[in-house]
Amino acid sequence: MKDSIVQKITAQFPSSIVSVNEYRGELTILVKKQDIAKICSMLKGDNDLCFDSMRDLCGADYHRPDERFEVIYNLYSLKNHFRLRLKVRVEEQDLHVPTVTGVWKTANWHERETYDMFGILFDGHPDMRRIYMPEQFEHFPLRKDFPLMGIPGSLSLPHK
Amino acid sequence: MELERSGDSFLTSKVDEIIGWARKNSLWPMPMGISCCAIEMMSFAGPRYDVSRFGSEAFRFSPRQSDLMIVAGTVTYKMSHVVRKIYDQMPDPKWVIAMGACTSSGGMYRSYSVVQGIDQFIPVDVYVAGCPPRPDNLLKGLMEIQKKIARGEKPGQSEKIYIQESVAR
Repeated sequence: MKDSIVQKITAQFPSSIVSVNEYRGELTILVKKQDIAKICSMLKGDNDLCFDSMRDLCGADYHRPDERFEVIYNLYSLKNHFRLRLKVRVEEQDLHVPTVTGVWKTANWHERETYDMFGILFDGHPDMRRIYMPEQFEHFPLRKDFPLMGIPGSLSLPHK
Repeated sequence: MELERSGDSFLTSKVDEIIGWARKNSLWPMPMGISCCAIEMMSFAGPRYDVSRFGSEAFRFSPRQSDLMIVAGTVTYKMSHVVRKIYDQMPDPKWVIAMGACTSSGGMYRSYSVVQGIDQFIPVDVYVAGCPPRPDNLLKGLMEIQKKIARGEKPGQSEKIYIQESVAR
């Protein structure tokens, strides 16, 4: 399964794979972010692989100078009972990632959550706005430089 | 309430005391159930703990028909505006019980998104400790509100009551 996934991605997107890692039976493929939507579309549409279920999509902040953020896609193939983790790395200066809402509809809210918490923008998303925090909030709470107790005055309370 | 018997056929008292007596035995709760404390609040209304013994079995899901708000759960900054709006819609005199650790102080959610105690935006009369509090402790909170009414106190202005956590036996 692992080999056929890697082969099929390399055949169609020859320079997309950055690294392949397998740990305790969990396959993780790091790919270039500009190809992510096309790769996901191929993984879902391929009759053998058939990754028809997107189980989770989330962000991560590594707080490093280069490629600070990651977006992680956890996929599942109901046909093959196989899980695959895809990752893309995002620069702080260029927070744009192609959306996968066209591939899996469920990605809509996951991408909104990732935007809300990390400020990563998903290009082509039909409704790119915050999902948890109030819309006028100006910060991204899951970034490592955001203080635990928040920024005083950034969230309003009702008048007493 | 003080009643004086005069003759055989009537009693005299103060109008405020009569009204207070009626109010305290018929508090209609607004169940502001936001998270897990609401489950204990349901148990408080159910047959085992049976809040109807104290006249508060008529839970109203309309604030306009309620005079006691039981805030049961974690109040986030986003939710605080909703809680305040519902509180504003309740008719006076209205009382507030802060049920559980989250509502009273933010509880285990020491976080940017959770209000560290609802008394930052609404006046609270009784705080009930516990995570979640046992239903009998919430009953105690209700009885403290009844005592406040019987003493003729004003909502939000009298001394706060803090009810300690009870232990299961």
